[in-house]
Amino acid sequence: MRDYLKKKIISENFDFEEILLIPILATLLALIIGCLFLLATGETFENILVAFTNLFIGSFGSLNAISETCTAATPLIFAALGIALAFRAGLFNIGAEGQIIIGGMAAVIIGFSIDFLPIWLHLPLALLFGAIFGALYAAIAGWLKATTGAHEVISTIMLNLIALRLLDYFLRLPVIQKEGRNDPISKSVLETAQLPQILSFIEPQLRLHSGFILMLVAVVLVYWLLFHTTIGFEFRSTGSNPNAAQYAGIKASLTIILVMGIAGALAGLAGSNQIMGVLGRATPGFSASIGFDAIAVALLGRSHPIGVLFAGLLFGALIAGGRLMQVKAGVSIDLITIIQALIIVFIAAPLLVRNAVPWAFKTKDKS
Amino acid sequence: MPFHGHSKQKIKVKMNNFKQNKYGNEKQALLTGYLLVVFGIFISFFFGFGIDGDAVFKLSRPRDTFVLPNLVVPASEYNILVSFVLIFLGARIILRRMTSYSSLYLGAGLFLLVTCFLVWATAGKSFSLTGMMQATVIRATPIALAALAGILSERVAIINIGIEGMLLVGAFSGAVFGSLFGGIIGLIFAIIVGGLFGLLHALLVIKYRVDQIISGVAINILALGLTSFLTSSFLKTNPELNDAPIFRPIKIPFLSDIPVLGPTLFQQNFFVYGAIILVLTTTYYIFKTGVGLRLRAVGEHPKAADTLGVNVLSVRYINVSLAGMVAGFGGAWFTLGSVGRFDEAMTGGRGFIGLAAMIFGRWHPVGALMAALIFGFADSLQQKLAILRTPIPSEFLAMAPYIATIVFVAGLIGTARAPHAIGKPYIKE
Repeated sequence: MRDYLKKKIISENFDFEEILLIPILATLLALIIGCLFLLATGETFENILVAFTNLFIGSFGSLNAISETCTAATPLIFAALGIALAFRAGLFNIGAEGQIIIGGMAAVIIGFSIDFLPIWLHLPLALLFGAIFGALYAAIAGWLKATTGAHEVISTIMLNLIALRLLDYFLRLPVIQKEGRNDPISKSVLETAQLPQILSFIEPQLRLHSGFILMLVAVVLVYWLLFHTTIGFEFRSTGSNPNAAQYAGIKASLTIILVMGIAGALAGLAGSNQIMGVLGRATPGFSASIGFDAIAVALLGRSHPIGVLFAGLLFGALIAGGRLMQVKAGVSIDLITIIQALIIVFIAAPLLVRNAVPWAFKTKDKS
Repeated sequence: MPFHGHSKQKIKVKMNNFKQNKYGNEKQALLTGYLLVVFGIFISFFFGFGIDGDAVFKLSRPRDTFVLPNLVVPASEYNILVSFVLIFLGARIILRRMTSYSSLYLGAGLFLLVTCFLVWATAGKSFSLTGMMQATVIRATPIALAALAGILSERVAIINIGIEGMLLVGAFSGAVFGSLFGGIIGLIFAIIVGGLFGLLHALLVIKYRVDQIISGVAINILALGLTSFLTSSFLKTNPELNDAPIFRPIKIPFLSDIPVLGPTLFQQNFFVYGAIILVLTTTYYIFKTGVGLRLRAVGEHPKAADTLGVNVLSVRYINVSLAGMVAGFGGAWFTLGSVGRFDEAMTGGRGFIGLAAMIFGRWHPVGALMAALIFGFADSLQQKLAILRTPIPSEFLAMAPYIATIVFVAGLIGTARAPHAIGKPYIKE
C-alpha cells in the first residue's frame, strides 16, 4: 500500500501534469461539485454567484482578506509540513490534531503562568514548549511503531482522542481555568507571549501575526532538511525503500521516532500559533480540526514544502472566504469542509480527474 | 496449494507462536504477576484504608416482579481482602513461574480492580447496579455495530477508517427520514445511506485505488461536512425535519422478569436486539458458510482465492458495502434509538472506539461485542461517577479505552493480528 501511496503523492522528478495540473484540476472540480451541490439543495443561480464571488472577495479581495487568508493558512501549513515530512518517510501521521492540542496547551500554560520574563525570552519559550510537547506526544506513536510495530495510524487516532479528553480535563483545572468562569476556558496568555501583529501599522484590525513569518522560515527549514541534509536523505530513503535503507545502515527505528518527533514539533507549533497569535487562550474546540485539514493540505501539496505552502494558502483562502460567504450569501461555511473532502478524493484518485477532463492531459496515467 | 508462498519453516514458526499464545510465555506471565501485585498494592493504598460505611448496590427496582435484596458490601474489608488475594496470586505467579492462563489471571485481576473501585466510590452511598448494566449495554450498542462494520470490511482486507463518517450519515438520515416518514422508514434509509457511503469507500479504494486510509479520512470529512451543512441550512430552519420518533424498549415476556439480567438484556430497544442478532449472524456468516470462507480467503491471501475462482473484487465491493449498511444502522442508534434528533458531529468518536473494539476482539464479532461491552461499561461508569461525586475526573475514565487500545496494539498485553492482506490493493495480473 505504501509504495502505491508514494508513487501518487510524492514525485521525485518534476512532472507538470502530476505536480501542477492534477492539483489545480482537483481544486476546480471540487469547487464545481460544490456549486452543483448548492444547486441541488435549492439555492438560486444568483445566490450561488454571490456566494462564490464573496468566497473570492473574502479571501483575496482586500488587504484585510489577504491578512485573514494568511492567518488561517499559518497553522495549516505548519501542521501539513509535519504530515508531509512523515509521508516522505513512509509514515501516516493522522495525529496532528492531538499534537496541535497538546502543543497549544503547553504554549498556553507557559504563556499565562510566567509573568517575569521580557517578551524576547517569554515568546520563544512558549513556542519552544509548544513544539517540544507536540514532539513528545507524536514521538509516543513513533516509539511504539519503532519498538513494537504498532501501526502509527491506530496509535495516532487513539492519541487524538486522548488529547481531546486531556484538554477537557486541563481546561477545568483551577490552575488553568479562567477565574470566575464555569465553562472550560483557560486563562489568557500574557502580552509578552503573544505573537506581535505585523500589519497593524497599516490598519489596526489586521490580524496577521508574526507566526506567518515563522511559518515561512519553517517551510525553508523543512525544505533544507529534506533535500539538503543527511537526515533528510535518510528520511526519504526509509520512506521509499525501508529494506534498502536498513541495508545501507540507516537505523529505521531511530528514523521513525525522529520523523514523528519533528512532525509533532511542527504540529505543536501550529497549535502554539493559534493560541499565541489568534485566540489568546485555549477552549475545547481550539484545534478546529486543523490537524485533519492539514492532511488534505499535505496531499494537495504533494508532500513538498513549497507545494504545501501554496496548498495551505489555498485552504486558508477557502476558510477566510467561507466566512464572508456565510455572512453575505447565507451559505453555511460547512460547504468548505465538503469541498476540502472532495479535494482529498480527487488528489488521491488522479484517475478520477483524468476521467473527468481527459482532454487536459497529454500523457497517460503512469501509475 | 493452501500454503502458497509459505515455506515449511515459516509454518513451524507459526505453530510455535500459536503454542506460545495458547499457553502463555514466561515473559507475559511475569508481567501479569507484577501487574497483579501492583494492582493489590494500589487497591489497599487508595481504596482500602480510610473509607468507612458499606457500599450498597441496588439489584432491583421496586416495581420489578421479583425483588432482590440490596447487595451490601463492607467497603474497607472487601477491598483489603481483594488486595491481599491479588498480591498473593501475583507473588505466586512470579515465584512459581506459572506460565499457564496468564491472560485469564490478568483479566480476573482487572475485573477485581474495577469492583474495588466501584466499592470505594459507593462506600457509604447506594448505587443501582442494574441501571448501570443496562446503561452499559445501551452504550455498547453503537460501538459494537461500528466494530462489526470494521470487521466486515477488514476481513476482506480493506481498512475502514471512515466508519465514523458512516455512523454520522446514518444518524443524520435516520433523523431526517424518520421525521418525515416514521421510524422504520428512517431506519431503512439510514441503512441505505450508510451502505452508499460504504460503496463509495469500496469504489474509491478498489476502482480508483485511493489509499485506504486517505479514502477513510476523506469519507469522515465529507460526512461531517455534508451533515453539518444540511443541518445548518435545513434542519435549523425546519425543526419538524429533525423530530424523529424513538424506538421504545421492548419487554420480552418472562425473560425480562429475571432479576438483574432481565432489565439488562431483555428490556432494550430494537437496536440492542439488532446488534446482538447481527453479531451472531455475522459470526455464522464469516466462519460457518462457504461465502464466509471465501471472504476470509480474500482477506488473507487474495491471490490464492483468485486462483481458486473467487471474484476478489466483487467480494470486497459487497462486504465493504455491507459494512457501510451495518454502520448506517449503528448510526441510526444515535437518533432513532436514543434522542430522536440530529446534532452536528453527534457520534463523538464512537466509530473510532468501534475500530478499537474490533482490534481488541481480534477481528471476531463475538470478541468485538465483548470489547464493546467493556468500552460501554467505561462510558456509562463515566456518567455514574459524576453522580457519586468521586474525586476521580471522568475524563480519565473516558480515555481508558483509547489507552487500552494503544497498549494492546503495541503487543504489551496479548497479540493483535490483522488479516494478512490488509491495506493492499489487489491488482489482477
